[in-house]
Formats: sequence, C-alpha cells, structure tokens
Amino acid sequence: MNDILFGGFQALLAIAAAPLLLGWVDQCRAWLQNRRGAGVLQPYRVLRKLMRKDAVIAHGASPLFRAAPYVQFGAMCLAAAIIPVVSITAPLAAAADTIALVGLFALARVFIALAAMDIGTAFGSLGARREMLIGFLSEPALLMVFFTASLICQSTLLPTIVGTLAHRELVIYPSLAFAGVAFTMVLLAENARIPIDNPATHLELTMIHEAMVLEYSARHLALIEWASALKLMNFTAIGLALFVPWGLTAAAAGPQGLAVGIVTTSLKLASAGVALALIETVSAKLRIFRAPEFLATAFLLAVLGLLVHQLLGS
Amino acid sequence: MPSALPAIFTLVAGWVVLGATGLLLPRNLVWVSRVLFPLGAAVGVAIAVFAGSALALPAQTAMLPIGLPDMPMHLRLDALSAFFLVLIGVTAAGVSIYSAGYFRAGEGAAPGLMCLQYHVFLASMAMVVLSDDAFAFMVSWETMALASYFLVTTQHRVAEIRSAGFLYLLLAHVGAISLLLCFGVLQGGSWQFTFNAMRQATLSPAWASVAFGLALFGFGAKAGLVPLHVWLPEAHPAAPSPVSALMSGVMLKTAVYGLIRVSLDLIHTPQWAWGVAVLALGAFTGLFGAIFAAVQTDMKRLLAYSSIENMGLIFTGFGLTLLFRALGQNTFAALALAGTLYHVLNHAQFKSLLFLATGSVLHATGQRNLGRLGGLIHRMPWVAGFALLGTLAMAGLPPLNGFVSEWLLLQAYLFTPSLPQGMVNMLVPIGAAAFALTVALAAYVLVKFYGVIFLGRAREAALERAHDASWLERCGLAWFALACAVLGLFPVVVLGALDRINTELLGASLGTQATSWWAVVPTSTARAVYSPLAFAAGIGVAVLAVFLLVRGIYHGRVRPSAAWNCGFPDPSARMQDTAEGFGQPIRRIFAPFFRIRRQLPAPLDPAPRYALDLTDRWWDWLYRPVADAVKASADRIGVLQQGSIALYLLYSFVTLVALLAFVL
Repeated sequence: MNDILFGGFQALLAIAAAPLLLGWVDQCRAWLQNRRGAGVLQPYRVLRKLMRKDAVIAHGASPLFRAAPYVQFGAMCLAAAIIPVVSITAPLAAAADTIALVGLFALARVFIALAAMDIGTAFGSLGARREMLIGFLSEPALLMVFFTASLICQSTLLPTIVGTLAHRELVIYPSLAFAGVAFTMVLLAENARIPIDNPATHLELTMIHEAMVLEYSARHLALIEWASALKLMNFTAIGLALFVPWGLTAAAAGPQGLAVGIVTTSLKLASAGVALALIETVSAKLRIFRAPEFLATAFLLAVLGLLVHQLLGS
Repeated sequence: MPSALPAIFTLVAGWVVLGATGLLLPRNLVWVSRVLFPLGAAVGVAIAVFAGSALALPAQTAMLPIGLPDMPMHLRLDALSAFFLVLIGVTAAGVSIYSAGYFRAGEGAAPGLMCLQYHVFLASMAMVVLSDDAFAFMVSWETMALASYFLVTTQHRVAEIRSAGFLYLLLAHVGAISLLLCFGVLQGGSWQFTFNAMRQATLSPAWASVAFGLALFGFGAKAGLVPLHVWLPEAHPAAPSPVSALMSGVMLKTAVYGLIRVSLDLIHTPQWAWGVAVLALGAFTGLFGAIFAAVQTDMKRLLAYSSIENMGLIFTGFGLTLLFRALGQNTFAALALAGTLYHVLNHAQFKSLLFLATGSVLHATGQRNLGRLGGLIHRMPWVAGFALLGTLAMAGLPPLNGFVSEWLLLQAYLFTPSLPQGMVNMLVPIGAAAFALTVALAAYVLVKFYGVIFLGRAREAALERAHDASWLERCGLAWFALACAVLGLFPVVVLGALDRINTELLGASLGTQATSWWAVVPTSTARAVYSPLAFAAGIGVAVLAVFLLVRGIYHGRVRPSAAWNCGFPDPSARMQDTAEGFGQPIRRIFAPFFRIRRQLPAPLDPAPRYALDLTDRWWDWLYRPVADAVKASADRIGVLQQGSIALYLLYSFVTLVALLAFVL
C-alpha cells in the first residue's frame, strides 16, 4: 500500500512538473540565444489560457478527433506511472515493461495521427504521414536501446534494470555507450526537437508535430501541449534512469529518501534540460528527407550496441 | 467429454451436408443466406467448443473406412489440431454470420453453389488439421485449394479475376507437388504413409533436411513466403470479402500448422540451421510485406500484403522455436512457440475483421481504391468503430491482442543469448531489429488504411450516399472485435491452453503461467511482466480522471467552425493525402524494392495527369525467367510434334526397338 501511494505521488509529481521542464529548456534556449525569455513558468500560463477558452472545432470532426487528446494525455500519464522518475518504485511498473512502454508511446502516436487526418485538411494528413514516418524508425530504435539494457540486466522491467545498473561498479559498457547516443537521437526525434522538427515553428512546409495539431484549440490543445511536455519528461526520465541511474531511491527509504530523490532528480533533469537546449542551439533543422537518414543512424547505432553486447558480453 | 473426435468429425461432415443443401434451391438467396449460413456459423461455434474441450485431453485417433483400397483415412485429434480447430471454428462462425448479410443477388455465381464451395472449403480446412496420414492430408489439402479457387473466381466473367485465380491455382499445385515429395521422403523406406509410421521412421540428417526443405517450400507457397507470395495480392482482391477473410485468416494458417506438424512432430529432431533459414525467410517476408503494404492503393491488396507481413512475423517466431528446440533450450522454445501460435490466432481475428470491413465498404461505395474513399466514419459509424478496433489490434498496440503475441515473441528474442551457438547469437539481434522495424511499419500502414478510408472528407460525391452495414454484417464484425479485445485482455487463459501444445510437442511448458491470473509472466516476475488488464485500467482511469477534471474545473464549451488549415482556403477534398501520397516516404526510402514507373505532368500541361505504377521486382527476378525457360523448353520439345501420323508411328517403332535393345 505504501508502495502504491509512494509511486502514485511520484507519477503526479512528474505530471505536474512536466511543463516546468519544458519552460526550463525554453528559458535555457533563450539565454543561449541572447534573449531574455518568457520565464520558466510560461508553459503553465499558456495551459491556463488555453483551458479557459471555448474549443473551436471544425465542421465534420468525428468523435475520434475529440477523444484523441484525452487518450494521448492518458497514455503519457500511464507512462509516467511506469517510469522510475524519482524513485525505483513506480506504481504500475509491475504491470508493464519496457516493451509495453514502447507500445504505449506508439498508441499515443497512432491516435494523434488518426485525429490529424480526421478533419481532412492537407496539412493534417501531411503531418500525420510525417509523424508516422518518424515513428516507424524511432520506435524500433528505442526498442533496441531497451533490448541492450535488458540483455545486460536480464530483465525488461524498468525498476529491475535501473536497480541493476545503479548497483554495478563504475565501468563503461561499450554497448550502453552506443545505446546512449541512439537514445539521445530518438529523444530528439520523438519529442519534435530541433534537428528533426522545430517546436517553435509554424512554417507550413517544415512542421511535423504542429501540422498534426493545427486544428486543435483550447482545452484539447492544452492537453496535447501538456502531453507533449510530459512525453519530454518521460523520455528524459528514461534516459536518466538508463544511463545515469544513481540517486534514485526506493519506497522503503521513507520521506527523507524521497526528498533526496527529488533533489537529485531535479538536478539531473535541470542539467539534461541545459544539454537539450545546447544541442538545439548548435544544430540546424534537417530537411524532412534527411530525417530518415538521421533516424536510420540512430537505429543502426542501437543495433550495433546490441551486437557489441553479444560480442563482448558487456 | 471423453472423446471429442467423433463429434467434431460429425460436425465437419455437417458443414458439407449444409453446403450440399444449398444446391436444393441454388437461386434462392433467402434460403441460402438466412438459413444455411447462420447454421454453418452455429456448427463453427460447436466445433470450437468441442475442440476447446479436447485441448485438455490426450490425443485421440480414429480410422475411417473411406479412401483407396487398403488405405483407410486416419484421423487424429491432439492439442495442436484442437488449437487449429478452435481457430477454424471461431473464425468460420464470425465469417459465416457476416456472409449471411453480405451476399447479394446477381453477384457472380449462384448463391447455392457458393454455399457448397464455401462449406466444402471450411470442412477441408478442418480435415487438413485432423488428418493423420499423408493420403488424407493431401486429399484435404487439394480439396481446400480447389474449393478456394472456385470461391476466388466467383466473378469469373472478369478476365483479371480469372488470371488471379489461375496464378493461385498454379502456385498451390507447385506447393502441393513439393509436399507430396516431402511425404515421400518422410516415410523413410517403410512405404507406410500414416503419420504414425513417419514419426517412427529414422531419417539421416541429410534426408531430414531434404524433407524439411520440401515442406518449407510447399507450405511456404501456401503461406505466402517471399518469393512465393505473388498469388496473395492478386487472389485476395479478386475474392469476395468473406472469402478473403477466410483465406487470409484461416487458410494461410494451415500452412503454419503443416510446417509445425512436419518439423516438430513427424521429424521431431530439428536442426538449428532450419531455424536460421525460417527466421531469415520470415524476417525478410515480414519486412517485404510491410513495405509493399505501405504503398498500395487498393484496400484489399493492402490487407493482402499485410497478411504476407504477418505470416513473416509468424515464421520468425517459428524459426526461433526451431532454433531453441534444436539447441536443447526447450523452455524458451515453448515461449517462442506460444508466441507464434498466439499470433496465428490473433491474426485470424483482426485480419478477418478488417477484410470484412472492406467488404462492407465495398458494398456501400463500390470502391476498392483508397483514393476514392474517405470520411466514411460519418456514413458508416458501426463499421468504422469495429474497424478502428481491428486497426489498433493489428498495429500491435496495447492493450489489444496483436501486442500480446508480439510481446511474447520479443521476449523470446531476449533469451537468444543463452544459445550455445556463437554465430547464431550474432544473427538473432538482426532478426530482432527486423522484427521491430516490421511491427513499427505496420502501424504506419494501418494509419494509412484507416485514415484514408474512414477519416477526413469524402473524396467523391457518390460517397455521401454510402450506408452502414446490415445488422448481420455488424454481428460478424462485432464477433471479431470482441475476440480481439478478449484475446488482448485475458492472455493468461489462452497461454494456459497453448501450454498443452508445448507439453505435447516440446515436452516443456511455461509453468509459471499459473501463478497469476492477471498478468503474463513468461519465466519469472523479475524478468518480465505484462498485465493488459492493469494497463487498460490505468489508461482508462487516467483518461476518465482527466476528462472529469477538465470538465469540472473549466468547462466543456464547443464552437463549431470551418477548418483553420493555417488560414489557407481549402475548397477541395482532393487536397487530402491520397494513398499514393501517404505512401510516398516509404516509396522513397525503400526505392530499391520497387520497380517504379511514374508519369509526371509537364509544367504547363493544360490537362495534367499523374500516374504511378509500382511493381514487385520478383516478377522480373524469378517468375519471368522461369516462365520464359518453361516456354523455351516447351518450344524445343514441340519440334517433335509434327502432326503427321506416320511420324508418330515411327516414334513408337523407334521406342520399341530401343526398349528391345535395352532388354536384350
């Protein structure tokens, strides 16, 4: 019971803090670009503004269109309950492993892509097609990253993986190094970050994620934005758990342990945000036709990581 | 129920009788569709129930005094046949109920005749899995091929359908010859063609490999393994939709049954190289099918290629089973076999559902071309709803059924490092990568399939008159939708049943299954757990809570308006992606797979036309050269045939002299 309360608290914390991480990344980007920025709380203000507005829905929208934001948000909440963010004890981690997690992200993607095709505009279907294109390459890459970690730890359950990785002696696994690079590339692509997509653009011909959600407004858009922020949070948490697993606590550690966990996780997330902002500032957006090459590289790196593990046994 | 075999055989014979009854009033649609097809569905359910009860029993055998002199037919019902009978029964029940509302007057052959062909087809598939000697097996196998050939060519007045049927028949027979030879090798010099004799025969490893190769070729032709897949995308669009559903959902699976029967039961000492071959073929077939499905413009062809893809996934699973089995890792072999059979069952459900949905769309709109559909979710909400479930299941998304089997197979891949063969260890990650890529590509294909048909705006004015499916059709669709949900949410029950097959064929079981009813645990709880129930509950609670919170704290006001579309006026529904457009990225990335002929309009063309023609390179690589070689050799031999009687008498005379010289 204690475990469930503890894990539930952690999931709610992740959901609540997700816009903050996004705000922090945006703020860092602003600083790096010599701008003042809107402050780390800007995403919350946007959400509040959107929630209050009337939803404008195109004629000819089907129920699927209105349901998709809820499904996407629900999927991301469930993901937050599977991933160890602050502590190793995630409430639903025993119900779904890393493969199910990949399936969960795919579920959210398919729903939002279908919703994008629902209104029947040129941009909607264009966005859906591009999103699925990115998805079909990044999903297997992510799966291969998880496979590498699973082979090292003999388990596909995230808490077990994180527990095993956190308690090993500090050596560099060559396979994990490959996996780490691949994971970073997947993170950028999945979260519509710069080399693949620009979250700040509305330039019609280059946008991917924004093209899909073009017809959404008000509370539906707010949920989608929040779900995107939560997705970034989830991916960052996965990355930290796999590659920098130290500092996560278990439920048994009590409130003190929780406090320590929150502090270390916040620090790790903040530095990850800085790194993300740095990557986005120093790189340019790729042409859409180059995106498959970028993702194929990530996929090959992940498979190489797997092969290296098989070859070296580490 | 001590013995289910007589009951099942009686029921199967009942199918044939039902079919023959159709001939009493061959032109009476009401008699055939409202009476005989629902009865056929009831028989299907009964077979599934009896076979399901037989899963728990030891194997039963029976002998029928029909057949050639001194060659009675042997029947055997063990766990493997019982599982496939459940599959046939459940799928046939749904398809029959749907067919009761589907067939219309004036479409192709007389309803009574179709009823006969349809039920003979069902009965022959059941007999294939019940046969216990090569003779009965081949007779059932060929009856199945012929019955389905006649069903494919129902509309035989269309030339394309006739040629599609011919291609199907040709490949079915090439495969059957290979199977015949395979059984010839398997009898191992005893000249006994019962499966029991084959089990006892000892083959040298080389002859066992020959037998396995022949079986792989023969069953591969039926299953649509690349490069023997070419008949699938031709035959499926040609056949009426319920027949496509049966062929794709069940008939392809009999090939899987056959291969399992031959390699794990009859030969029973698999070699690891076979596993590698099946794994590689399956992985390539899966990827090939997914890539081709992504660029199709005909909705039934798209589904046919998707069947090729799924058969590829199934064969990778079976390849893993053989590998594990050959290298002595029986528990892991059990995991892989359970995943394989689970996917066999799942594919039958969601593929039937989608084929039947395309049948309803075809009847409502008269269109198979994706580029002329769109927006049907508004006109056909029931079909769209069921199809959405099937789409999500086939895309391998949790918590539906497609995901469970893919999860099991991926888990099986994760056990491959324990294989003692170093080389194989290196190959398997590549197989896992191909598997993951195929599954992800399937999601792309299905977003295209569903989005272009059901979502967006109608691309043709005629679609405004489309109507939803009749209530019997909806019942059939609901049957499969329910199966997808149940198989997805309660995998532990299914795996418990599949474990009987594992015990029977591999002598190993997944054991730990029994410890929890709500979660799948392949080996141990520390290793991997997946609970679809918790998963569905988690997402459901989250969605509901968010919905109530947003409504409670804020509001639910909605203002309808024109689409925003970045402020661009968008007058035409033709601005939406067509099927070609949606497949364009895949065509670009995987260009070497296709032979592309494209016609682009000139910049100032007053009547611009865009044409795109994609063809399968296997026609150039394999089929044309073989066809040319056959024709060339026929021409050579044709020189002998001069048409003059004197010459033929001379041939007889020369032959006689030669024979005399040989004898003396």
